[in-house]
Amino acid sequence: MIIKGKVHKFGNDVNTDDIIAAKYLNTTDAKELGRHCMETVAPEFAQKVLKGDIIVGGRNFGCGSSREHAPVAIKGCGVSLVIAESFARIFFRNSINIGLPILELKQVNKINEGDELEVDLAKGEVKNSTQNITYKSEAFADFMQELVQSGGLMKWIRRKQNTK
Amino acid sequence: MDYTITEKILLAHIDEKSIKPGEFIWAKVDFTLGNDITAPIAIEQFETYGAKKVFDNKKIALIPDHFTPAKDLKSAQQAKKLKEFADKYNIKHYYEVGRMGIEHALLPEMGLVKPGDLIIGADSHTCTYGALGAFSTGMGSTDLAAAWITGHCWLKVPESIKFVYKGKMPKWTSGKDLILYTIKDIGVDGALYKAMEFSGSAIRQLPMDDRFTMCNMAIEAGGKSGIIEPDEITLDYVKKHKSKNGKPKVFKSDKYAKYTKVIEYDVAKLEPQVACPHLPSNVKPVSELKNVKIDQIVIGSCTNGRISDLRIAAKILKGKKVNSGVRVIVIPATQQIYLDAIKEGLMEIFVKSGAVVSTPTCGPCLGGHAGILADGESALATTNRNFIGRMGSPKSFVYLSNPAVAAASAIKGKITHPEEVL
Repeated sequence: MIIKGKVHKFGNDVNTDDIIAAKYLNTTDAKELGRHCMETVAPEFAQKVLKGDIIVGGRNFGCGSSREHAPVAIKGCGVSLVIAESFARIFFRNSINIGLPILELKQVNKINEGDELEVDLAKGEVKNSTQNITYKSEAFADFMQELVQSGGLMKWIRRKQNTK
Repeated sequence: MDYTITEKILLAHIDEKSIKPGEFIWAKVDFTLGNDITAPIAIEQFETYGAKKVFDNKKIALIPDHFTPAKDLKSAQQAKKLKEFADKYNIKHYYEVGRMGIEHALLPEMGLVKPGDLIIGADSHTCTYGALGAFSTGMGSTDLAAAWITGHCWLKVPESIKFVYKGKMPKWTSGKDLILYTIKDIGVDGALYKAMEFSGSAIRQLPMDDRFTMCNMAIEAGGKSGIIEPDEITLDYVKKHKSKNGKPKVFKSDKYAKYTKVIEYDVAKLEPQVACPHLPSNVKPVSELKNVKIDQIVIGSCTNGRISDLRIAAKILKGKKVNSGVRVIVIPATQQIYLDAIKEGLMEIFVKSGAVVSTPTCGPCLGGHAGILADGESALATTNRNFIGRMGSPKSFVYLSNPAVAAASAIKGKITHPEEVL
């Protein structure tokens, strides 16, 4: 799967309250959550983000609460992929479980706001078209890849139940 | 092979003869939890999947505690989904307003979680139950739906960090100060993906309420879980809060169990700690915070809304008045705690001092309702997070402390060491 998009850059420790504030957790609607994505820290974000764009964060992206509304909001506003140096664990598993593509990459500091990226998820290759350079990320563990390839946890379970 | 307590518990929940950190396992769960924010998504997933029944109707708790009593129409619609799901699938542990409490105070109190269990909850503070010597961790709603269908969850076996706290706890310090100090030391991702095992002579002196507080905030250091080996204090608690789900199993770490790190602290000179805006790791000793004016105090939450928290706050507020510039909101975490506080006369002390007492709810802790901050306001709370906008306006400020510091600060209207008011 190849993902192309423009970068929106964020720093370290982006928490789930930043991604979607608790006052919006009285709905589960992805579009509505998407309209308020990153509102606290980047009030313009949801308006300027275009379908297919990519979020690039620093360390510990998605720390804080277990709210699945966070990856749902990111998907809901049209973002195609989140790249970070590291992810908080609940956000990581939520993203995998609901099929939001994510990638861990050590060189996030080299990527700038507005850069155009072309990402090959299977190979873990991130091509920065703006800077004409390619970064290589570590592949997911086999089990993770299995979950991703199944299309998320519920589909993986269905397959598991059917093969019993 | 020597194992940590965490590895032993996980091994007991899979059909394998050995286990090691980094492995992916498909583990049997003993208990699951969802609330009015996270369960609605799990219910949607469960129904979209087309599941006809839950794995065990006695091993699911549905607790509407975050936006309840319903703060608005949408929240009421979400809470109603829990009630309908509980009716449809005959869920035994659904608790409506009036019987419910803040989930992480309620489940241990009711004997629904116990030593040796593997517990998952769609709430990040599910790590609280590690205080009982259980493996307990927060997950998302889809994980919860999957567990309702299969009775299992996927886990990556975590490495463990051992924290050893030595020395006698100084006056006015508590489990909250130990965990804030630890998060300051290792940072908000210092225990990322790891199990945090709390041990040492200071932990052995700690009452259960303080142990719950410590394990509760393991997530604030990025931890997958917090855990404390059961001892007599644990077993005494378990006896008083009799298990409704089978017998407790006591596991202990082996002598040569492997840890990625062993970190030792001498607590003898520790003073009360305060986490400053806007990260739980931005911690300073209370004596360094002079003239920090406070508009709101919150004493409550899954971190510090238990009876011993209310007792110490009442001890400080007894016969005194809340500062005229401050509003104080006291939130007993469960109905039982509320009742105990009434019987012990704590409620009278709070009301006479000028504080307000709320029904059990997560409410202001996550900026839900019942205590939202305006632009420029500051709160000192006994809660667990102080991210930007956590309690309301993105232009507000949240400080975190133990209940004694919160009560003393209520009297002075600024962050205050309890010694200054007694």
